[in-house]
Amino acid sequence: MKHAISLTAAAVALSLSSIASAAEFKPAVSYDTAGKHDRSFGQAVYENGVTAFQNDSGVSVFEYTPANETQREQGLDRLARRGYSPIITVGFNYSSALAKVAEKYPETDFVIIDSVVDLPNVKSLIYAEHEGSFLVGALAAMVSETNAVSFVGGMDIPLIRKFACGYEQGAKHVNADIGYYQNMIGSTPSAFADPVRGAELAKSQFSRGSDVVFAAAGGSGNGVYQAAKDEGKLAIGVDSNQNYMFPGTMLTSMVKLVGKSTYDVFADYKEGNFEAGLDVRNLAAGGIDWALDEYNRDLVSAEHEEAVKAIAQQIIDGEIKVHDYMASNDCSF
Amino acid sequence: MNNNKLPAWINVLLLPLLNLALALAVSALVFIAVDVNPLDAAQLMIEGALGYQEGVGYTLYYATNFIFTGLAVAIAFSAGLFNIGGEGQAYIGGLGTGLVCLLLGPSMPFWIVFPVALLAGMAFGALWALIPAYLQAYRGSHVVITTIMFNFIAASLMVYLMVNVLKPEGEMSAVSAVFESNAHLPMMHDILGWFGIDFVRSPLNLSFFLALAALVLVWLLLWHTRWGYAIRALGSNPTAATYGGINPKRLTVIVMLISGALAGMLGMNEVMGYSQQIRLGFVSGYGFTGIAVALIGRGHPIGIFFASLLFGILFQGGNELSFEYANIEREMVEVVQSLVVLFSGALSLMLVKPVEKIYLALTASRANQANTQEA
Repeated sequence: MKHAISLTAAAVALSLSSIASAAEFKPAVSYDTAGKHDRSFGQAVYENGVTAFQNDSGVSVFEYTPANETQREQGLDRLARRGYSPIITVGFNYSSALAKVAEKYPETDFVIIDSVVDLPNVKSLIYAEHEGSFLVGALAAMVSETNAVSFVGGMDIPLIRKFACGYEQGAKHVNADIGYYQNMIGSTPSAFADPVRGAELAKSQFSRGSDVVFAAAGGSGNGVYQAAKDEGKLAIGVDSNQNYMFPGTMLTSMVKLVGKSTYDVFADYKEGNFEAGLDVRNLAAGGIDWALDEYNRDLVSAEHEEAVKAIAQQIIDGEIKVHDYMASNDCSF
Repeated sequence: MNNNKLPAWINVLLLPLLNLALALAVSALVFIAVDVNPLDAAQLMIEGALGYQEGVGYTLYYATNFIFTGLAVAIAFSAGLFNIGGEGQAYIGGLGTGLVCLLLGPSMPFWIVFPVALLAGMAFGALWALIPAYLQAYRGSHVVITTIMFNFIAASLMVYLMVNVLKPEGEMSAVSAVFESNAHLPMMHDILGWFGIDFVRSPLNLSFFLALAALVLVWLLLWHTRWGYAIRALGSNPTAATYGGINPKRLTVIVMLISGALAGMLGMNEVMGYSQQIRLGFVSGYGFTGIAVALIGRGHPIGIFFASLLFGILFQGGNELSFEYANIEREMVEVVQSLVVLFSGALSLMLVKPVEKIYLALTASRANQANTQEA
């Protein structure tokens, strides 16, 4: 009898431990150094991904924000050592740190947003920003009365040029002769937090004839939208749906659904589904979209809406090929 | 600096400790405000920074950076020059180190790459300080303004180079290729491993010893050479120094070059030691923190060593704090660091008068007692 009890106890203990190791779900997120309240990318992950998932599933997600470059790797290393999995890293800046840590902890599953890390335990979430930018560029060209559109970028890096290049292609797809102006705010990360300069650039573009401006500039975008409102021009938001910020002058927003992807990864992982490798969130996969809601309904006519949707379908079907700046590091299309 | 009536031990030891205590007391209020027991937080911070090997490794790794930039600020300050450009000089210095690693790494052995990378880092850092130094010495443009401007130029130049020149094909973040293994500085866990000592992996590397050597060399230079005497003379009284036959213009340039070279050595730790590639923004404020380190360290190499250690503890321990407590955001750790800078740097002279009063009162009463006893 005693023997039997200890046996069952051992069996129970064994099965419990195997459950603990196999099905343990300890999700974690490591934000970029800009933090989770950056009003853009990090915030989308925090609000639509982490918070939403915590509320729906009751599972708490561990959050970490490094203060400098070194702490990226240090933080990831510690998350992995503490048994967190999956660990989502927010932003392409994590690629080199993640490559090192993921190699060291092959049993832990990692996700990186906006970059590719080619390891068997890393899922790389890539967004086809050029496709979304193409759509809003096409819409901009349709509504432009001055026959000129423009782009304000934040920091001058390939990712931002990818937005610009897609936008330009979209505008020229609709109207090959359209005027196109492009300015970058700066060359340091502070370029994403300089609304004053954003407004200046937008105003100079308006004075050169543009009447629709697309800002892919993080926090600097607010200045661009404000300038458009002040001068009665149109502006296009980025990453999150920013239509509500200035109803009446926000033509639309190029939406990148990072929060939703975060949520999906956690939800799938909870069900035991995780697939490492490249995961391209393009128009077809619903990772990229343009925003149409009550705030910009009056600015987009039914005819234009149909036309943009048709272009979107053509991109999904592969009839329109949008050139990706980062594929060749130049914008020749 | 020491023109008060206090003995050295109060100036060098007691006052900095009092300032630090004040800063920590105010920080405690911040922790209480978010329902964190400040004693628990302090314990966690110290244990996280010094209580286990990995923590110690990170603390000393941060301290290495601060020693370089702190010395850079201190040596310029001892000649009366306020070099705010440590950030840019370290950035460009790291570029020099990184370029050597990229170019020579594939073909040369470590014992050639290492000295060339070190010299290139120092030379690049020094050259970045040369123009502000020249403008200060011969054209009267204030070095504070020009060095700040050069920080921005350095940042822009690095962005251009990283994005357009150094970034390998297909790489998304702005980083260079990873150096060949013979262009890596030995890590501390490897070095100790050669002597049979077990040490866990940490970013601490050989450049820690470079930093210690730099401390000794700066001390020798400032207090045991004629140049050092001239530098200090220029710093305490330029008119007298000039009267004494020192060429202030030439010396200004030389001091700024040394300062830039010291800042440029940061690349040895960050680029060749830790990340083994050039990354955009690898300096991330260490140059500015160097100003605080130099102020707290009272411009003396021994002081700078301890101030660097203090900031290493604040950086590493602070990271532990934000990791362990969900309601301690990274920004609050920065508040603690800033309070230390505020009280130890900006308000460093605040306590001098009161302490002087107390000290004089105490010594006077003791002298009175002695007098009465004698009588």
